[in-house]
Amino acid sequence: MSELKLFNTTEKSTWCPGCGDFGILAGIKAALAALDLMPHQAMIVSGIGCGSKLPHYMTVNAYNSLHGRAVPIAQGIKLANHNLKVIIVTGDGDGYGIGANHLMQGMRRNADVTHIIENNQIYGLTKGQYSPTSDKGVVTSFSPEGSIEAALNPLALALAAGATFISRTFAGDVKHMSALIQEAVKHPGYSVVDTLQPCVTYNKVNTYDWYRERVYKVEEEAGYNPTDRDQAWTRAQEWGDRIPVGIIYQDTSRGTYESQVSALQKGPLVQQELNGRYPDYDALKEALV
Amino acid sequence: MPKNNISIKIGGEAGQGVESGGAGFARALVRGGLWVFGLQDYMSRIRGGHNFYHVRVSEEPIYSHVEDVHLLLAFNKDAVGYHLSEIVPGGGVIHDEAVKVDEAAFAEGDVRNFELPLVKLAEEVGGHRIMMNTAALGATAGLTQYNFERIEDVIENNFKRKGADVVGSNVKVAKAAYDMAGDRYGADFPWKLEAIPNQSKKMLINGNQAIGMGAIAAGCKFISTYPMTPASTITEYIAANARKFGIVQKETEDEIAAILFAIGAAHAGVRAMTASSGGGFCLMVEAYGLAAMTETPLVIAEVARGGPSTGLPTRTESSDLQFVLHASHGEFPRIVLTPGTVEQCFEAGYRAFNLADKYQTPVIILSDLFLSNQVRTVPADSFDFHKVSIDRGEMVSYEDLDKLTQPYERHALTQSGISPRAIPGHEKAVYITTGDEHSERGWITEESDIRNRQMEKRMRKETLCAEQDMRLPIIWGPETADISLVTFGSTIGAAEEAARMMTADGTPTNVLQFVDMHPFQEEPLTELINSLKTMVIVEMNFTAQLAQVIRQYTGRKPDVLLTKYDGRPYSPEEIVRKVREKVAVNV
Repeated sequence: MSELKLFNTTEKSTWCPGCGDFGILAGIKAALAALDLMPHQAMIVSGIGCGSKLPHYMTVNAYNSLHGRAVPIAQGIKLANHNLKVIIVTGDGDGYGIGANHLMQGMRRNADVTHIIENNQIYGLTKGQYSPTSDKGVVTSFSPEGSIEAALNPLALALAAGATFISRTFAGDVKHMSALIQEAVKHPGYSVVDTLQPCVTYNKVNTYDWYRERVYKVEEEAGYNPTDRDQAWTRAQEWGDRIPVGIIYQDTSRGTYESQVSALQKGPLVQQELNGRYPDYDALKEALV
Repeated sequence: MPKNNISIKIGGEAGQGVESGGAGFARALVRGGLWVFGLQDYMSRIRGGHNFYHVRVSEEPIYSHVEDVHLLLAFNKDAVGYHLSEIVPGGGVIHDEAVKVDEAAFAEGDVRNFELPLVKLAEEVGGHRIMMNTAALGATAGLTQYNFERIEDVIENNFKRKGADVVGSNVKVAKAAYDMAGDRYGADFPWKLEAIPNQSKKMLINGNQAIGMGAIAAGCKFISTYPMTPASTITEYIAANARKFGIVQKETEDEIAAILFAIGAAHAGVRAMTASSGGGFCLMVEAYGLAAMTETPLVIAEVARGGPSTGLPTRTESSDLQFVLHASHGEFPRIVLTPGTVEQCFEAGYRAFNLADKYQTPVIILSDLFLSNQVRTVPADSFDFHKVSIDRGEMVSYEDLDKLTQPYERHALTQSGISPRAIPGHEKAVYITTGDEHSERGWITEESDIRNRQMEKRMRKETLCAEQDMRLPIIWGPETADISLVTFGSTIGAAEEAARMMTADGTPTNVLQFVDMHPFQEEPLTELINSLKTMVIVEMNFTAQLAQVIRQYTGRKPDVLLTKYDGRPYSPEEIVRKVREKVAVNV
């Protein structure tokens, strides 16, 4: 029987007081405990950035990798041991910028992983440069005259790329986040959790209050059907006065990538024997005689 | 003329069946107990251009092609144009009657014209001109009086999945061409072939197949790659056998993802590899450093081609040596194997996995295009799967973990530098690792003391590897010689034969081949290098990268340096000519 305290650790975080990452950490721990997963049954793969330090501040298997490169590593881990619940934690620059192609490919493949993107619309650890999700016009050290790029729409991107679980949550609502992450982890396929997160130091616009005034739960909207792509597309366009959170889109009909790999039908790859296949080795040589 | 000593070129445009014709004939020779060396030369295009396949045959093991051509099988006029000058006096050209040749040029070179109605035979006997290649194969065998049943056997093998009718028609076409070529021209062509009965089983195999076979022997369970010439055939070989051996083979979105997928799989506990050429490896280098920092075992096959940039995509070069020795920023143990023969490719294929697991770090197999697609006859017994032992290095078993009372330390400080590795998934071995500098528990640190200890721990693995696993260069030929040719990679084939030619001509010559390229044991290597009389370094690049390595570690400069960067492999004759130009040799 799992419980929250199993995921605790004594490592002290380097995050700024009030950082949205604290909420995300609490949400992930709560979700894993609620799913009755033990720390050794999950693997968190993170990139580089403040939020990617997250697995250092809890007890869980983890691989803290490179900026932009967590997604392929996570897929490799899942293919080698599909018994592990694999969760990717990256920031917005990491997931939607430098690693965006990996994200897109992972989504269309429907790899059975959960990807939590801590989206604070800024590069924090490098001290405040605009990110792929920064609004046009944002003034940062790299855009002193204001950014002249349009912001990327993560939900629309995920829909276009063929993700089978597309969701959004808010770091200021740990309860909602934990419930959503549980659904994401349970989903068979690539589950995207775009997590709105204030950066208290470098993003003075998208604050806790700013979000609280705007987010609404899509599941509380009358008639909302997350299996309907058209409805999802419409909600995905919303940003500004109203910002939807919850499961925007879900399709459970597509098989996961791993379930279609013939070598994995006998069980996790890591449990399979390495050699000793002498008649088969002879056949390898015979084919070249 | 000695029997079974012949060099045949098959030339034509891409799509005409040059490669399949050459490979088919080579296979027929190997099944007849003969030793073959085959070289493919092709252009970066799907159709057109000029390709050739060069088959050399011997009754003894051979490691190289030679420049002389005795017989040219020309599928078009260009093939005659390109290769006529290579044909020795008395040699000849087989071609279809539709390919018009310059009789005067033939006469000038004393080259015979073996014109035959190949297309007509294909149409009349087989019912379709597509069998022209079969007719050419039959004609080549007829002219050389090679045993027809060997040709029949290869036709059967190649066409059996298309049905008995197709096999039957092709055999008929081959026989008609065989008889016609023999009757018309057999007396006019002195080089003959004859199968040697009761030979032990031999394989015809190229370097990439051998690397793939070695990886399978080692229990490689995972290969993730992005297509790139000339590395793709490693993936293709493993993919074709993946189902049988339970291997996950993944084509990824790019080379960055290719190495990262493999890192993920390796971290989760399976033997994993990736493969690419230099350009693809360029994209992998950041992750290569990550694997080293997180102490993840991984095998990377880098099959070099002409660079820089897209360079010469279908041509050979060994210009990535310094690149792979220094790839990625920062310092970490670097283990680099540079096989030069197909047997060494097989060995590197499994040994790399053992070294990667033992030292918990990425291992690079550096091959090259010429090695990747040259085919050679090797006795089937020389690839001995029974001798392939699996060494997964220092692991903490789940039974050991059950008894563990202290927290597991993934990066524990040890005298050897190797930290016993636990496969993730056990409740006593829940750990994090990271590309940041880290503590023994894998937590990020910037403490100078911990940094020093972890850096020293990682680098101790390189020292240990040099002491325990790395071998001095292989010496081919006599232990001591007046001239030593020093080389690495596919150049060994031509160098080995060049040394024999020079020794036969009165200049005792041997070859030093670097197979375990890094890390070195400096002292014995320096002693060996300093013991050489005349040191001739032969390599396939502009800046003499092996010479740089040797000078860096031993202080010795080459007495003679041969470099080459036109994308075409050295021939033995070329090495001999160039050495003679540069060294005063008393013949």
